[in-house]
Amino acid sequence: MGRKLLLDKAHIEGIRYYDTYRANGGYAAAEKALKTMGPDGVLEEVKKSGLRGRGGAGFPTGMKWSFIAKPEGVPRYLVCNADESEPGTFKDRYLMEFIPHLLIEGLLISSFTLGANSCYIYIRGEYAWIPEILEQAIAEAKNKGWLGKNILGTGFDLEIYVQRGAGAYICGEETALIESLEGKRGNPRIKPPFPAVKGLWQSPTVVNNVETLAAVVPIVNIGGDEYIKYGTGKSTGTKLISACGNINKPGVYEIEMNISVEEFIYSDEYCGGIKNNKRLKACIPGGSSVPVLPANLLLKTAKGETRMMTYESLADGGFATGSMLGSGGFIVMDEDQCIVRNTLTFARFYHHESCGQCSPCREGTGWMKKVLHNIEYGKGKMSDIDLLWDIQRKIEGNTICPLGDAAAWPVAAAIRHFRDEFEWHVANPQESQTRNFGLAHYADPLPTPAAV
Amino acid sequence: MAVVQFSEEKLNKVKEIIARYPQGKQKSALIPVLHLAQEAFGGWLSAETMDYVATLLQLEPIEVYEVATFYSMFNLKPVGTYLFEVCQTGPCMVSGSDQIIDYIKTKLGIGVGETTADGLFTLKTVECLGACGYAPMMQLGKHYREHLTPAKVDEIIAECRAKANAN
Repeated sequence: MGRKLLLDKAHIEGIRYYDTYRANGGYAAAEKALKTMGPDGVLEEVKKSGLRGRGGAGFPTGMKWSFIAKPEGVPRYLVCNADESEPGTFKDRYLMEFIPHLLIEGLLISSFTLGANSCYIYIRGEYAWIPEILEQAIAEAKNKGWLGKNILGTGFDLEIYVQRGAGAYICGEETALIESLEGKRGNPRIKPPFPAVKGLWQSPTVVNNVETLAAVVPIVNIGGDEYIKYGTGKSTGTKLISACGNINKPGVYEIEMNISVEEFIYSDEYCGGIKNNKRLKACIPGGSSVPVLPANLLLKTAKGETRMMTYESLADGGFATGSMLGSGGFIVMDEDQCIVRNTLTFARFYHHESCGQCSPCREGTGWMKKVLHNIEYGKGKMSDIDLLWDIQRKIEGNTICPLGDAAAWPVAAAIRHFRDEFEWHVANPQESQTRNFGLAHYADPLPTPAAV
Repeated sequence: MAVVQFSEEKLNKVKEIIARYPQGKQKSALIPVLHLAQEAFGGWLSAETMDYVATLLQLEPIEVYEVATFYSMFNLKPVGTYLFEVCQTGPCMVSGSDQIIDYIKTKLGIGVGETTADGLFTLKTVECLGACGYAPMMQLGKHYREHLTPAKVDEIIAECRAKANAN
């Protein structure tokens, strides 16, 4: 059994409520941080822990925190990014719904470290039942003296507020989120200035993902040096993976970052193998924007090494033969799935979610959707495949925010690894309406994975 | 058409929301207040409703319109009493959302974006709602309905009809 740091108490009856959470060691880290470690002590441990942003980008959290500007007399803000909208990702929802106090404790420690007296949780609007759970936890914590004025007699004040979004993927991008929190359209800002200098209401702001902020609690509890031991290399600690698609046991799993992709998919502790005894065709390991990998490149790298569930190993081979750990949205596709159709749904998604500020993204995502639609519905031409490639290249790197890249990568990877499937669609416009291409990519049927 | 005016209780809620932000930053309350307004005034935002929100928050009406039109959860046209928002993005698609959407269409006799003649149901397709492990799914009001099957859809429709009859 893998060790857990975030969900180790998730199974305890009543852990959603303060008394149970506290009785099981909750708020011990907050006490330690506020009473004995001080802001610099916490920052030091977070840096030592090697914690990387869990929202998708994987930027070192300690470094992000050390960038925050500290001009005299200007308030600083911590914003918790709970916009969780990357297709395939539903891990933060689990944390907030079942162990809200873990997040509140993480917010308290992090705000204390950053010197922020107001903290906003920006949660996607569709999670409409969760703000009540969070607000109840905040009220409980406040009632017990963990929020409000002069917390634990340290002179530190903190208020936490929950703000609902209203349906916009782009608001997961930190500057778009800030715009939205200011009551505007979610149009990303040009950087610099970075939020650490000019963020919410032009004040220094740190925006971190829910899981990142929750992970600060175990880091303070066990120390950065100990946290590193849960993982390998630059992939320290544990990671929440939300697994979905054609697997036996979809759900949210906390893994130590030292297990193989094969173990994650096939072992009963995690996904439990492919549903209905089908064979694995492909997988998007880190949320819809990261490159899709065919089964042969998913389980082993191009060099023939075992592919691990880590930032480094999933990225091994770059985009030519690798992918990314991203947000941990792990989408598994079996032999019956159509790559063209799947890519079309993502192109449609990004077109729908483009804020429209930058023309390469606004126009390009629309064209990709149209061309993919034609191919999927038997009206494609061979030249459309190159056209798609051309469009995605012209989006990538040419936009203010990474949504453009996020829209381009899935299309590029699908053509890179499954070009024969696109060609088959074009060459067989009628047949492709009645059946899928299946596993024809592989000269031999895929080997059954070794028992895990 | 009833006058657009929040109840005392809702007005207090608006005040409480504005108090979350620094002095003079009440524009930040716009999205939360639009949610309140949509709930209070029939599940959608009419021009009158948006103008009312603008007055309440001391904003120009255009500042409200541009936000209301940006976010997909704000309905700019009337919708049925029960709004079925079915996810159709990749993970739901590989788990059979296309069949669920087709089933609802047949069952209710409406297309995507349409409302039944009795005004009870509207069908909308939406993009990823973050319930990929529990697909196929839809949002109904404040909550998610997950692991959908035709039988479950039947139950949900019956449940809505029963609720409507009770009112």
